This record gives sequence, structure tokens and C-alpha cells, in this order.
Amino acid sequence: MTPVCAQISEKPWSEPGVASATLRRLRRDPMGSIGLVLVLLILFCGIFSSWITPFDPLKINVPDRFHSPSLVHWMGTDNLGRDVFSRVIAGSRIALSVGITTIATALALGLVLGLAAGYGPRWLDNVLMLVSDSIYSFPTVMLALTVVTLLGASISTLMFVVIVIQTPAYARLTRTATLTIKSSEYVQAIESLGASKLRIIIVHLLPNVVGPLLIIASMDIPSVVALEAGLTYLGMGIPPPAPSWGRILQEGFGQIRTAPWIVIAGGIPLIITTLGFTFLGEALRDNLDPKLRHVV
Amino acid sequence: MLFYAIQRIGLSILILFTSMVMLFTALKLIPGDPATIMLGSRASPAMRARITEQLGLNDSVVVQLGTFFGKLLRGDLGTDMWSQRPVSQMVMESLPYTLVLIAAGLGWAVLIGVPLGCYSAVRRNSVLDRITGVLSVATISIPSFVVAIYLILLFSIQLGWLPIIGAGDSGNWKDQAIHLLMPAFALGLGWVGYLARIVRASMLEVMGENHIRTARAHGLPEFQIIKSYALRIAILPTITLLAVAVGGLLSSAVFIEAIFARPGIGKLIVDAASMRNFPVVQGGVLTTVFLFAITMPIADLLVAWLDPRVRANL
Repeated sequence: MTPVCAQISEKPWSEPGVASATLRRLRRDPMGSIGLVLVLLILFCGIFSSWITPFDPLKINVPDRFHSPSLVHWMGTDNLGRDVFSRVIAGSRIALSVGITTIATALALGLVLGLAAGYGPRWLDNVLMLVSDSIYSFPTVMLALTVVTLLGASISTLMFVVIVIQTPAYARLTRTATLTIKSSEYVQAIESLGASKLRIIIVHLLPNVVGPLLIIASMDIPSVVALEAGLTYLGMGIPPPAPSWGRILQEGFGQIRTAPWIVIAGGIPLIITTLGFTFLGEALRDNLDPKLRHVV
Repeated sequence: MLFYAIQRIGLSILILFTSMVMLFTALKLIPGDPATIMLGSRASPAMRARITEQLGLNDSVVVQLGTFFGKLLRGDLGTDMWSQRPVSQMVMESLPYTLVLIAAGLGWAVLIGVPLGCYSAVRRNSVLDRITGVLSVATISIPSFVVAIYLILLFSIQLGWLPIIGAGDSGNWKDQAIHLLMPAFALGLGWVGYLARIVRASMLEVMGENHIRTARAHGLPEFQIIKSYALRIAILPTITLLAVAVGGLLSSAVFIEAIFARPGIGKLIVDAASMRNFPVVQGGVLTTVFLFAITMPIADLLVAWLDPRVRANL
């Protein structure tokens, strides 16, 4: 059997053949397929939400309040007569934009910091690791509540919090990968040939680090979406009237006796999103991990 | 062992110190005057001056930091701006509710998750193993507050079996236990699957080791091998995981306590945060950070003490 490192170097993750093979394997894995379908569904709703909502998600229509689910209003209407289905669909755009933007920013920052920690001077490494450990020592929601108390609840505060929480995780992963690759023979060989640090980082380190990191980051999207919904539920996230799923849940909870369909509708997209991304992420990880691939 | 313990505890203290400094400097870094932020823009200058004085914001930053740590070491978390009560007293009143909730949530997760993981590893690819595999991934990912709301809808609104609000009458343990059922279930659900997965994976690894083969060769009954030789080692990563879980559970407890209106530390912080009452938020958050920070070294030391292989290498 070929050693693991040889398998990796034969087929880097970015090669087109690997992507299509992964997709093929994903189709054979039932959980992966379900995950892929759910994620595509959420992405579709998020991207085309303005076109596919049957009603204006923000339009108040008091005479139509508390309609139970029907053919016209699939998920009923809320206390202000707004169509809950339209609000759920519009909520997917908010959830995805917060999730993807923050994770992408944290990923970029984490990459830079992790490379700096792994490739830079020792003291920088120590300082960065101490700060990241300290951020880790805060239970996530507690850190979020502290920042919200100081800066006030808004979408930018929320995004700031998520970036602060997620960046150390990616920095840590990048640092570990950097340290491993840095001491590998091929990097030492290029170094002795006189390649600059920048060239080594861009040409040799980044392509090896980015692939696995992207999968881990995509698995973090549901937890960010859940955090956004949770904080908005508490009134500490996205201010009204934006139809965040957390807002739908919070408003529905107040009417849980008279209009239980609102909380049911608010929870379903959160379950779909978390299940979809988790199933897909698990399947991708199993498929792309060469060690696991050969076991399976 | 002693050196390892000192090293581990020292690292925790350093991390704790850094996070406290971060919490302290957070108030300094925000743009604008902290007193105005807490009181709102309509506050009179006299009120602002009083708050500034109360928070010690007139002193130099070094003096403030010194006072902050001096008070912390004496267990003084400051004073609530609105009720004028000591924050430490408020925290101590609410903390037991949160600790009971976390213990109950984690307790039922361990009671179900560990045997389930064990069974899945021993009866690999059985129906129950496959169901556990799918359910564990599913339950890990569903947010606990969604579970909590759905539980309320089913058991309180539709069936009318369980109470929604509060922690029960003080002194009446039966009432308190009934009030704990749904919150603890919602909090622990995600961890049942997670624990089952970790125990399964680590059991599978241990079952392939030499000492298990030796035990089998000696003809020991399978149950005894699993109980006395495999699970004892396979459980160790779970202990570390449980310590990490405390951080996650403290976070989830915030939502659970807000939904069920349980007077725990999470609700205390949320209520204070919605009024931008920083001293109470700071005191509450510091307490949770402290709790989380002491759990990790305790778990590490416990693992080192329980695992003869780790103990030998120290």
C-alpha cells in the first residue's frame, strides 16, 4: 500500500478529478446525499428569497392575523397578519449571509494569524496562542452577551462576535498544519534552494491548508446560524422587523397557545440547516480523509 | 505527577488572568463614555457622574486594573447599579439553579450515551448501532432552544403534563424535579449522541489493543473484558470531553433558562445585558469563565490519574 503522504501528493484536493470522485461517493452515501439536498434547498431559498416568497415578509396586515396554515398561507400568519412562510424563506437569506460572511472573514483572519504564528517568531506564536486560549475560556454565548452589553444589539455586533469567536479556532488549525508542513523535507529542500518565505507560504503551504480548513469552516456555518437565531431570540441579535428565524421563534413563543404554528415554522428551517450542513460536512470529511477513505 | 499538576494549574491561572484582563479592557475599548452607554443618552450629568464614580472610571487605568483584581481576589464582583446589591450575592443566588440544570442535563446524557456507545462498539453494524450513528449526528446539530420550545409545545401546551415556567417551589424537591425535566432533557439531548459516538470510537480502538487480546486468550468472559478492561480506558477521552462540554452547556443554559424562566446565572446575565447593566454581566460572565477554567485542569488531572499509561509517562 502507498503511504498516506504519497496519496495526498498524488492527488491534491483541488484537482478536478478529486471533486467529481467526491461527488460520486457522496451520492452513494445516503446521509451525505440528504445533507447535500438540504443544503442546496437552504442555499436556493437564501439566494432566490425575494422571488419565491409568496407575500411581502414585512407587510403588516392586521385583519389577516392568526390564520392557521392553509393553501394561501402555508405556515399561517402571525399576530400582525404577516405570512409566516414568506418570513421563514426571507429568514434563510439573513441566516446564510450572517453565517457565510462571518465564517469567511474569520477564515481569512485565522489563516493569516495561523501562518504568522506558525512561521513567525516564537514570541508571536506564544502571544497569539495565549489570546486564543483565553477567548476559548469564555463560554460562547457569555462572550456574545458581554459584547452586546457593551456595543448594543445590532447585526454588526453579532458578526463581530462570531468573528472573534471563530478566528482563534481557524488560526489554531492553520498553525498546527503550518508547523507540520514547515518541518517536512520538501519545504526544507525548497528553503535550501533559496525560495523566499512568501513563496513557500503561497505556493506550498496555503494549498495544503485551505482544503481541510474549508470543510471544517462549512461545518461551523450551522452553529453560527444557531447562535444568530438564539441571540436574536433573546433580543440580543438582529433587531426587528428583520425576519430572522430567532425573531420568528421569539414572536411565536409569545403566541404559543393561540398560534402554535408560528414556533413550529420558526424551528423547522433551523433544524433543516443544522442537519443539512452537519450531514454534508460529515460525509465530506469521511470522503476526503484518505485514511478513512481506504478503510471504507 | 506533581510537576504536571503544577504546570497544568499554572496554565489555567494564566489563561484565567488573561481572560479577566480582556473582560476588564473591553469596557475601556468601546467608543464613547461607558456611563452614557449604560444609562442612555437622556441621563442627567449628575447620574452619569455617580455611575462614573461608582465604576471607578475617574482613576487611571492601572489603578482601575489593580482595584479590579484586588476586589476579585476578595470575592467582590462589584455592585449592581440599579438595585445596589453586591453582584457576588446575586450570582451566588442564581448559580445553584444553573449547576443543578447542567448536572441533570449532563447526567442523563452520560447515563444513556455511554452504554449506548459501548453497545454500538460491541455490536458493530447492528441495527441499534446504525440508528445511534444517524441519531447522534442529528441530535448534536439541533439547537437546544429549538428542542426546548418544541418540548413546551408538546408536553405543556398540547398535553398539559409539565409546567413551563420557573424552577419550582423552594423546599419542595418534587416540584423542583418536575420543573427540571424539560430543561434538562433539552440541554442534554445533543450530548447523548455525541457521547455515544466518542465512547463507540474509543471503545473500538481499545478493543483492538493487546491487553484485550491477552484477556481473551485467558478465557475471561466477554462482559468482564468490556467492563473491567476496555471501558475503563475507553472512558478516558469522555472525561476530557465532559469538561469541554461544561463550556457548551453553560452557553446552552443561557437559552434554556431564558425560555423556561429559570432563575439561573444565564437568565441573570441575559436580563442584565438587556438593560446594559455591565457590572452584573461582567460578574456573571467572570463566574462562568472561572467555572469553565477550573473544569479543564480537573478533567486533565483526573485522566492522568485514572490512566496508568499516562501516569507512567509523567
